Amino acid sequence: MTIDWNAFTPWASLAGGALIGLAAALLLLLNGRIAGISGIVGGLLAPSRGDIAWRAAFIIGMVAAPVVWLLFTALPAAQIDASHPALIIAGLLVGVGTRYGSGCTSGHGVCGLSRLSLRSFTATLSFMAAGFVTVFVIRHLAGGA
Amino acid sequence: MQKHTLSALLVGLIFGIGLILGGMANPAKVLGFLDLFGNWDPSLAFVMGGAIGVGLLAFRIAGGRPTSLLGEPMRLPTRKDVDKRLVIGPLVFGAGWGLAGFCPGPGLVALGTGSLKATIFVGAMLSGMAIFELIERSRQKA
Repeated sequence: MTIDWNAFTPWASLAGGALIGLAAALLLLLNGRIAGISGIVGGLLAPSRGDIAWRAAFIIGMVAAPVVWLLFTALPAAQIDASHPALIIAGLLVGVGTRYGSGCTSGHGVCGLSRLSLRSFTATLSFMAAGFVTVFVIRHLAGGA
Repeated sequence: MQKHTLSALLVGLIFGIGLILGGMANPAKVLGFLDLFGNWDPSLAFVMGGAIGVGLLAFRIAGGRPTSLLGEPMRLPTRKDVDKRLVIGPLVFGAGWGLAGFCPGPGLVALGTGSLKATIFVGAMLSGMAIFELIERSRQKA
């Protein structure tokens, strides 16, 4: 393992993380809800009365984030290397896996760990491990995707 | 618009801005973090650290409250059992995360940039979630 010092952005990442934590805190304190993205989106696919508007509003806010960002400054560079077929497979795995496992990086990784939940700790270890192994296999065993 | 809908909109916006600032909306950076055995970019550990630092405080404050500040019931998870779903689901999710560098939140944020690749990812993710719903419902009927 070597550290990629050129790509490393500790302060921006810490500040971004603090904003994510603030968002999770506000949704909890104002709405009494866990800020789990896969749960908020998934709840729209099995909608119940009075439970739709806040979910849709939250998602609209997220999708609008880069638009609002652009009002002030240019977006940081983003690069998506995955091919279209790889994106389809990845999307299906993320969709099924997060719903089957009751959460994703936000619900388990941020909120769950903040609640000191053993369930979320288990889930976070599992998706981190799978992420590390998948990238290792693609980049170092299969020689790049 | 109801207060709790407006607050959700603003919170979604703050969450999305945090993801962009932290570098999570850039799949190449996410994969740089997941590439533990290559040229490793530890930044995303700082995103998690910053988020959990604030989150720990929030859940401590909110822990004893019967209702939210807007008068909504506190809907916190109550389950404590660790079952196989909590391992298998995240393993499947993590494989998809490592394949493209997108998890659900950053996928939605990237969708807002108008990226075709992000649109394809989010479309497939919603399909995956819909497939899960259909399987769960057919199981419940059986």
